[in-house]
Amino acid sequence: MTTQARVRETPEKKDAAPGRNRPERPIYLDYQATTPMDPRVLEAMIPYFTTKFGNPHSRSHVYGWEAEEGVEKARAQVAHIIGADEREVIFTSGATESNNLALKGVAHFYKDKKNHLVTLVTEHKCVLDSMRHLQEEGFEVTYLPVKQDGLVDLAELEKAITDKTVLVSIMAVNNEIGVIQPLAEIGRLCRKKGAFFHTDCAQAVGKIPLDVEAMNIDLMSISGHKIYGPKGIGALYVRRRPRIRLQALITGGGQERGMRSGTLPTPLCVGLGEACAIAEHEMGEEAKRLTRLRDRFYAQIKEKLPEVYLNGSLESRIPGNLNLSFAYVEGESLILGINDLSVSSGSACTSASLEPSYVLRALGVDEAMAHTSLRIGFGRFTTEEEVDYAVQDIVEHVTKLRDMSPLWEMFQDGVDLKSIKWAAH
Amino acid sequence: MAYSEKVIDHYNNPRNVGSFDKGADDVGTGLVGAPACGDVMKLQIKVSADGVIQDAKFKTFGCGSAIASSSLATEWIKGKSLNEAETIKNTEIARHLALPPVKIHCSVLAEDAIKAAIADYRAKTTAKVAE
Ligand SMILES: Cc1ncc(COP(=O)(O)O)c(C=O)c1O
Repeated sequence: MTTQARVRETPEKKDAAPGRNRPERPIYLDYQATTPMDPRVLEAMIPYFTTKFGNPHSRSHVYGWEAEEGVEKARAQVAHIIGADEREVIFTSGATESNNLALKGVAHFYKDKKNHLVTLVTEHKCVLDSMRHLQEEGFEVTYLPVKQDGLVDLAELEKAITDKTVLVSIMAVNNEIGVIQPLAEIGRLCRKKGAFFHTDCAQAVGKIPLDVEAMNIDLMSISGHKIYGPKGIGALYVRRRPRIRLQALITGGGQERGMRSGTLPTPLCVGLGEACAIAEHEMGEEAKRLTRLRDRFYAQIKEKLPEVYLNGSLESRIPGNLNLSFAYVEGESLILGINDLSVSSGSACTSASLEPSYVLRALGVDEAMAHTSLRIGFGRFTTEEEVDYAVQDIVEHVTKLRDMSPLWEMFQDGVDLKSIKWAAH
Repeated sequence: MAYSEKVIDHYNNPRNVGSFDKGADDVGTGLVGAPACGDVMKLQIKVSADGVIQDAKFKTFGCGSAIASSSLATEWIKGKSLNEAETIKNTEIARHLALPPVKIHCSVLAEDAIKAAIADYRAKTTAKVAE
């Protein structure tokens, strides 16, 4: 094996332009992948590792009681941010588990009455994959397309829901393109047609106001690490009135009302609760701040670079996300150049895959354009200086790579790239 | 994704980026790949009357490995006769750049680009002879 240098260890030799000092560590602009923990969250968790370490299910001593108190306070904090009752919140290991439990749990429990589920083609892999498993078991699944802006077509949705439909699962905010689905309208439709409404809110909690009553949400998945809380914890909201029943995936001691057995990880629960409380308190101001940063970034990029396209709706979108196609520049090569920034390729669902993103394809973005996309995520710790640095870095490298791009040259010469017969390989 | 130092070096300091006049008699142009697949290489050679590649240039749309493969290809073919240049194998490019398995197709594309440029040049000269 040859030595494989990590990109970061062999940074490009750049003349540090005046007023542009390279950051010591890359600037983190990937807040949809995960978030750093808020120090206040860590603070709240620490006692539960060392002094208040009891098993929250122990009934006979103070160690158990104080751990239980921590868990129940956290449960109330999670419930509060979505307008739920604390008895409707169960802790899981994350949104992946919550999504699996919601889809498989509901489908299995009601399988004698109904056998059909509806979802979107742009859902997170863990929803799509749970659906595939259900199909293998014999359930019917409808995968609805989305409109060019990434949003569900409500008329299509209404048509898809039949009296055999047990559950509709539509994410609140898409992880790649940040678009916000019309939850209240979807909830109303589902209620009217008698299907349960599950929504994956991993990317939505703490970013947009959510209310399970006003939106008629029956099940909701939540993740800790997307909201400045710890990794390895999440929650599932399960409506009590009218009651939604689930068949558990993990059985054992019957914790979490029998829906999810296993000793609760007290510090992680406490961390998720605190993360929700902070997010709820700061959401309004934070959304304004992020909108300002996002707009500042996007305006500068558009001013300095031609042929940049936004993927997904701008209006119905969380402020902390942009998904941009830098036409004629391949995304992976751009990421290699901008190694002072940590962003994610919008073009590959995993770094191991060379396939363009299924989400962008679903919007009708053509494959060539999908290969030029970056997902840029802003969050709680992003500063104006970082945003400005990111603009300069991106502009510099897009320009350099376009000078090196045969497609850019052809575009400049007025060649229609679609008229060329490319040899597929 | 981790890249080898050689890939990083070619990416940061690409050799022979640019274009020749595609219509010139002594220029051969190869354009391979497809935008939809995420990589397109244009490789051009300037050939002397006695069939030696005097100069070479490339432009590439693609990942770091694709850029490095084409950059290296232009370096290797300069000064070689057409017949010699034609024998360059993608495996040599891949080995030199320590490309991981998922990036082997970049070296294949570079080999294709060399062959396409040579074929284009030869087609031009035979056409001229025929005139
Ligand atoms: C929309 C969405 N759903 C689910 C998940 C999975 O969440 P977790 O990492 O908590 O399992 C993610 C995160 O990758 C996500 O973005």
